[in-house]
Amino acid sequence: MKNSISFSKIAIHGLIILFIIFLLFPLLWVVASSLKSTQEIYSGAPTILPQHISFDHYLSVINGQQIFRSMWNSIVVGVVSTIIVILIAVPSAYAMVRYKSKVNNAILGWILVSQIFPVILVMIPLYVLLRYIGLTDSLTGLTLIYVVWSLPFVLWIMHGYVKSIPIELEEAAVLDGASRSQVIFKVLMPLLLPAIGASALFAFISAWNEFFFALVLMKSPTLATLQVELARYTGMEGQARTGPLAAASVIATIPSILLFIFMRKWLTKGLISGALKG
Amino acid sequence: MKTITNKKNILYSKKELGQIQLLLPVILVVTVFSLAPLLRGIYLGFTDYRLGDPISFNGIENYKQLFSDEYFWNSFKIGMVWTFVVTAIQVSLGLGLALLLNSKVRFTSFYTILILIPWATPPIIRGILWRQMYEPNTGAVNILLTNLGLISAPINWLSSFEFVIPAVIVAGVWGEISKAAIFLLAGLQTIPNDLYEASKIDGAGLWDQFRHITIPVLKPVLAAIISLTFMWNFNTFGIIWVLTQGGPGGLTRLPMLAAYEEGFKYGYIGYAAAIGNVMVIILSLMLFMYIRVQLRERTES
Repeated sequence: MKNSISFSKIAIHGLIILFIIFLLFPLLWVVASSLKSTQEIYSGAPTILPQHISFDHYLSVINGQQIFRSMWNSIVVGVVSTIIVILIAVPSAYAMVRYKSKVNNAILGWILVSQIFPVILVMIPLYVLLRYIGLTDSLTGLTLIYVVWSLPFVLWIMHGYVKSIPIELEEAAVLDGASRSQVIFKVLMPLLLPAIGASALFAFISAWNEFFFALVLMKSPTLATLQVELARYTGMEGQARTGPLAAASVIATIPSILLFIFMRKWLTKGLISGALKG
Repeated sequence: MKTITNKKNILYSKKELGQIQLLLPVILVVTVFSLAPLLRGIYLGFTDYRLGDPISFNGIENYKQLFSDEYFWNSFKIGMVWTFVVTAIQVSLGLGLALLLNSKVRFTSFYTILILIPWATPPIIRGILWRQMYEPNTGAVNILLTNLGLISAPINWLSSFEFVIPAVIVAGVWGEISKAAIFLLAGLQTIPNDLYEASKIDGAGLWDQFRHITIPVLKPVLAAIISLTFMWNFNTFGIIWVLTQGGPGGLTRLPMLAAYEEGFKYGYIGYAAAIGNVMVIILSLMLFMYIRVQLRERTES
């Protein structure tokens, strides 16, 4: 009996590790490529691990200004759109939960219905609109699109979170003589911080990873976001640039992976603290 | 300062006004940048609009043209194959992985972090990773298969009519398994352990537990994941753009790529909007049928 149990445990670990090998191998392969010299990549009999580690490709990416500039563009658009989304979503979610009205259902319904529209149908009229007000090929226009793009989901998360906070907490604070702003900043904010953090990371990552809108909107090479710049690398110059492209991909993926791992912790923390207090 | 005190008073005395004030930004953003543009987009699908030209309504002309447009039909067909196959593999492997992670073994939170990584990889980078995997001479796929003795000459995966579809499907599934697994794991963790304990006492095996406890309890989550991934996969753009740009010979030209080309490469905005409208109708029909089946099953059981 005991044997069979430990056997099934080994089988489970084995299967999970097989999954992980499949899921991590492409990334490891590209990390290895980024550390190989160009000769080694084209040596005809490449090995999985680099024979000599070389940081040349990373140096060429860092010295080449384009990747750096595009990364900066992505950061600016991502941070600004995230701040705007949070500033809009948090008070709205609060209002939607605490004051019952028909507007709430209309907004929530629209969030769900709008998910069914393909991005092309979102992009065409927005493109026409942005062209009309002169915001195509501009970081401001792209920021605006990202606000519109991530607002529904952030509003949805925040709405759920605010709903999970018992109104008794606020009532008790008011009875103790707290003012409205004290209720919001001293009672609600600490409870909402995990949700705000998670939503902010979500909004930033959706902007950081987004490609389609940026491809359509940004025409000047100096305004390209990181994803657009990397996609351009694969197009024309293609094969000759395996090494630098691998290095750039690794650099571009690291922030996203770190934020995901971080976000996961934050989410579980928020859930656990919610469970303890509930 | 003045506005803040004003707001405070309104919040205390006139609740309704306070709510409108707080909701105003959302209402503004939603109507000006989401609702109105979408209605406009649907309308543009019934015009012959080209960028810079005046807009003129042309009724169902676009749809007549779409109906006889072979490019559109091909892209629609490959879009359906892609969406069904990727969603099916993604959800079943994701469920398998979630079940493994939910079994009481050690290191699962460490495993979960590793499994998160493909999901965290941006779609463009996913495309770049797999392009480098599929490189005929320097890519890992050919090297591995040659070393295993399965192929004798390198295969050019992404330009071969034979292999390109399975090749892009593997790449597409790769990036999406984690998402399904993590969501389903969260669903599995809500199932109380008592249910399993009780069924064990009744002599139920693992398969019985899976069929009679896990699946029924997980069904709402599963249904939500299937509908969402279906919509996401139908809208895939970035990874295919990098892998094949829709080639070879339009074989991997998913509907979004077709619409992008019509609208933003050739400037047929009206026609591209019409493709978008057809996509909405198809997606709505599929989801409607799926939800109906779900509801019927629920009332039967």
